Amino acid sequence: MSIDSVTPLNAGGWEAVIGLETHVELSTASKMFCGCRADIPEEPNTACCPVCLALPGALPVPNEQAIEGIVRIGTALGCEINETSLFYRKNYFYPDLPKNYQISQYTFPVAEHGALEIDVEGEPFTVGITRVHMEEDTGKSTHVGDGGGRIHDASHTLLDFNRAGVPLVEIVTEPDIRTPEQARAYGAELQRVVLALGVSDAKLEAGSMRFDANVSVRRPGEEFGTRTETKNVNSLRSLQRAVAFEIERQIAVLESGGTIVQETRHWNEDTGKTSSMRTKEESEDYRYFQDPDLLPLSVDETWRLRAVEALPELPGAARTRFRDAGVDPVNAETLLDNPALAALFTDAVAAGAPGRLVANWLTGEVIAQLRRDEVDVSDTSLSSSHLVELASMVDGGDLSSSAAKDVLTRAMAGEGTPRAIAEANDLLQVSDTGAIEEVVEQVLVDNPDALEKVRSGDMKPLGFLTGQVMRQMGGKADPKVVQQVLRAKTQGE
Amino acid sequence: MPVDIDIAKVANLARLALSEEELAAYGTQLEDILEHAERVQALPTDGVEPTSHPLPMVNGFRPDERTESLEPESFLSEAPDAEDGQFRVPRILE
Amino acid sequence: MADLADLTIAEAGRGLRAGDFTAVDLLDAVTKRATMTEAQLHAYLTLDSGGARAAAEKADADLASGDDHGPLHGIPVALKDNMVTKGVETTASSQILAGWKPPYDGTAVARLKAAGAVITGKTNLDEFAMGSSTENSAFGPSRNPWDHTRVPGGSSGGSAATVSVGSAFGSFGSDTGGSIRQPAALCGVVGMKPTYGMVSRYGLIAFASSLDQIGPFSRTVEDSALLLDAVAGWDRMDSTSIDGDVPAFSGSLSKGVEGLRIGLVTELMGEGIDPQVKAAVTAMADKLAGAGAEVIEVGLPASEYALSAYYLIAPAEASANLARFDGVRYGHRTEHLEGTTEDMMAMSRAEGFGPEVIRRILLGTYALSAGYYDAFYGQAQRVRTLMRNDFASAYEQVDVLISPTSPTTAFPVGERAADPIAMYYSDVCTIPSNLAGDPAISVPVGLDDQRLPIGFQIMAPALGEEVMYQVAAEVERLAGFTDRAPLATSEVVHP
Ligand SMILES: [Zn+2]
Repeated sequence: MSIDSVTPLNAGGWEAVIGLETHVELSTASKMFCGCRADIPEEPNTACCPVCLALPGALPVPNEQAIEGIVRIGTALGCEINETSLFYRKNYFYPDLPKNYQISQYTFPVAEHGALEIDVEGEPFTVGITRVHMEEDTGKSTHVGDGGGRIHDASHTLLDFNRAGVPLVEIVTEPDIRTPEQARAYGAELQRVVLALGVSDAKLEAGSMRFDANVSVRRPGEEFGTRTETKNVNSLRSLQRAVAFEIERQIAVLESGGTIVQETRHWNEDTGKTSSMRTKEESEDYRYFQDPDLLPLSVDETWRLRAVEALPELPGAARTRFRDAGVDPVNAETLLDNPALAALFTDAVAAGAPGRLVANWLTGEVIAQLRRDEVDVSDTSLSSSHLVELASMVDGGDLSSSAAKDVLTRAMAGEGTPRAIAEANDLLQVSDTGAIEEVVEQVLVDNPDALEKVRSGDMKPLGFLTGQVMRQMGGKADPKVVQQVLRAKTQGE
Repeated sequence: MPVDIDIAKVANLARLALSEEELAAYGTQLEDILEHAERVQALPTDGVEPTSHPLPMVNGFRPDERTESLEPESFLSEAPDAEDGQFRVPRILE
Repeated sequence: MADLADLTIAEAGRGLRAGDFTAVDLLDAVTKRATMTEAQLHAYLTLDSGGARAAAEKADADLASGDDHGPLHGIPVALKDNMVTKGVETTASSQILAGWKPPYDGTAVARLKAAGAVITGKTNLDEFAMGSSTENSAFGPSRNPWDHTRVPGGSSGGSAATVSVGSAFGSFGSDTGGSIRQPAALCGVVGMKPTYGMVSRYGLIAFASSLDQIGPFSRTVEDSALLLDAVAGWDRMDSTSIDGDVPAFSGSLSKGVEGLRIGLVTELMGEGIDPQVKAAVTAMADKLAGAGAEVIEVGLPASEYALSAYYLIAPAEASANLARFDGVRYGHRTEHLEGTTEDMMAMSRAEGFGPEVIRRILLGTYALSAGYYDAFYGQAQRVRTLMRNDFASAYEQVDVLISPTSPTTAFPVGERAADPIAMYYSDVCTIPSNLAGDPAISVPVGLDDQRLPIGFQIMAPALGEEVMYQVAAEVERLAGFTDRAPLATSEVVHP
């Protein structure tokens, strides 16, 4: 298969090449190299010690749980976990970086050579994972002055080091991504993986998961073009928008005869544009060298196997399971993003309920109701046994599908079991053929014209007749049975 | 091998604001010192693994347990400038 | 009674427990000695009189109530000023840290306090421990107690001098390339560098992290072991500290050298070594043989390259270690604040660091920079491997290695100040042990014809402190070196 045959091309025959770098803050109790709390309290500089403030004489000691977290991420992404990996110092001066070097990894990261299978609107797509490495977060700067927080107009800056030293995992993809939609789908899938592992809260808006997008464009088959790196992307939607903008911008520059400058660009959510960040005069020279304060990391065979065994069901497997249970692709994604609903689904299906129907309810009425009430499903009375009972009532013809939705919302509100609710509210439908036949006969007598048309082969009035029967039965007849009876009575004689 | 150092670039990487005269003097001294390192460079070391650490130990982990942080006043009182519980610096370039 | 300030730690401990004198008496004695000598020596940067008195009084009260903290209980001990002490100014002899009062104690300091030691104050050093003469101190040089026109060695020159004159019973320094052993040799005291990882580096202001070790100065080998006992052992705050049981080093001092194999290092007895130093070392080697040891010549060929490798590795690590001094969170900030934070950092650093520190930061930055890493830093690390391999083969033949500690005795103030490379050569005998991470000790064995002390170095394999002390105790006995630096006030010599 040649690149051309699979690659979506942009206007003018340009192909985009996208690689993503994702930073994930681990939700450990303490920071990466010291015992300060890692959950970043609001009061500035209250989670700081000699180590994370880089006071003279302080030394880093690595948090075992953080290494466990990155080993799990690497394992979930199908990476090779290096038996020996090394911490390096990445040297650059920045006021929010207390040591003026960041402890990171360079050669021999914890994990490398993995892949993440993603789903782009129903189509499977594989993104290669180059490496997964361990590092530490920086402090936070607040720019103060007339500029409303903008850095260039600030008069001075305040520094809070609560976040400095929080464990940070960087996940780097191969330049495999070709479209903004794929970029977004990758971001969403990675977020689900991290959440499924329980190693991070992965909140994009809070910055505990952040993306940098490397984008370039080229003619298919040619060398990679010059790339830019876009930062400050803090939602999946803006990831897609930022990548799309950058692709279009680069194509426009190239088509007007310009060249792309290798640079870091800043995504502005309000304007929907990326803009060049003021670049330093010379390129970075990080002077990486192995951190002499830290020993080599050794993740032995036992540890690696333990990580594999501890893996929860990952979103890719869950997606397959949902689809195999008959759930349509869109609803499957919704379930993937709602672990509590997915758990109800799983239990209900295990108890014999039909997957498609249960998924429709969960991703339809249930989510709608939760949004209306602004609550979580655990705040409601809904249980998987409710779903099982409800499905069996619909299947047995005791309840119309519209009545089922009513029962469902009442069950969520704690009105009782579905059957009790249906009975109490007189929602059970009649599927007794005798009772229906009686009404059908009466309706046919009352509507001789319609009967005549049907008998002469014009089936249009059948719907009208069904409606008449349903109305006379107060909506509680099983419409399928009504139609069967109508057909028998109009054709059979 | 004569050593030729772009001393201004090195000083910039090291965040040291040095005058032209200082740069020139340090540049010469560094070149002298590095010429002595030439002997080391000439030493055949094919197949020799570098030693970055004298200890044959690994990991050196600590458990994921919280320990007490410092009272902010204990270090902010030592800061050249502080404001509202934070360190204060002039505006930042980038 | 002799002046209390002249007692060894072991003697002082016995007297304290016998009720002959109190910890406050001991403190008064060293304080008086400091008053006599400081104007000439400038060994101390800070005398913490209040803190020391409180600690001495507490030591007396504890002892009276039967709460004995061990051999250092009530003993006045001085600390190199790159060891972080809570609430007591800690500067590493740099203008960039002038006035800094740390909010924490380093591990070694905390252990000394827990052992009942009375911290007298902070001693002078070459700025950030970069130097071999204590001339590179932002607060003025220290002088050699034996001859005030000469340097005490460095970088822990202040700590060596205090013990030499009795303004402390023992002291601590740090040794990155010889910074304990070389000043010990030049001041006529015992100075010891432990195995890398034996003493926690937490709270030691880093120079070169893969080489730095804290170690003691003392007047006797026994005192050295007592001081090391108090601070040695695993520390959860230092990932590179050795996990495991540490023996009491003071327990193995009287075994003699009978049957031990001792190697005299050929390369460290070459042409750069002063003839009188060489003669003293040879004489001691003969005495050791006479005492029953088998003494042979052993080669460490890579030691010829050790100095050059060291002067790439140490500055490279230092260039990153010293990056945190930027005028943001502590220490010196420039007065010129019209520019950006980036300008502020670069100016604060240029103003706050002295020339030797700037020279080494530049050297290290260059050695790590793109395009040069492998030729300089990478190659230096491979030399380090060769050095370790040499030691490994040597220790297949012998139990310990011996050599001079310093190629010369104390040199005149100013002699090498303008010639960095001549100064760097002062550490030629001590650097190999730092590169290997092995323990080594300097023991005074005599005086040269100018009445300047000569140091004798004993090196042992990693964790070989016991055999090292065993030999050191015998060297001390065989040398019978009892001379003391003259206390008569001589003229103050200004630089
Ligand atoms: Zn901390």
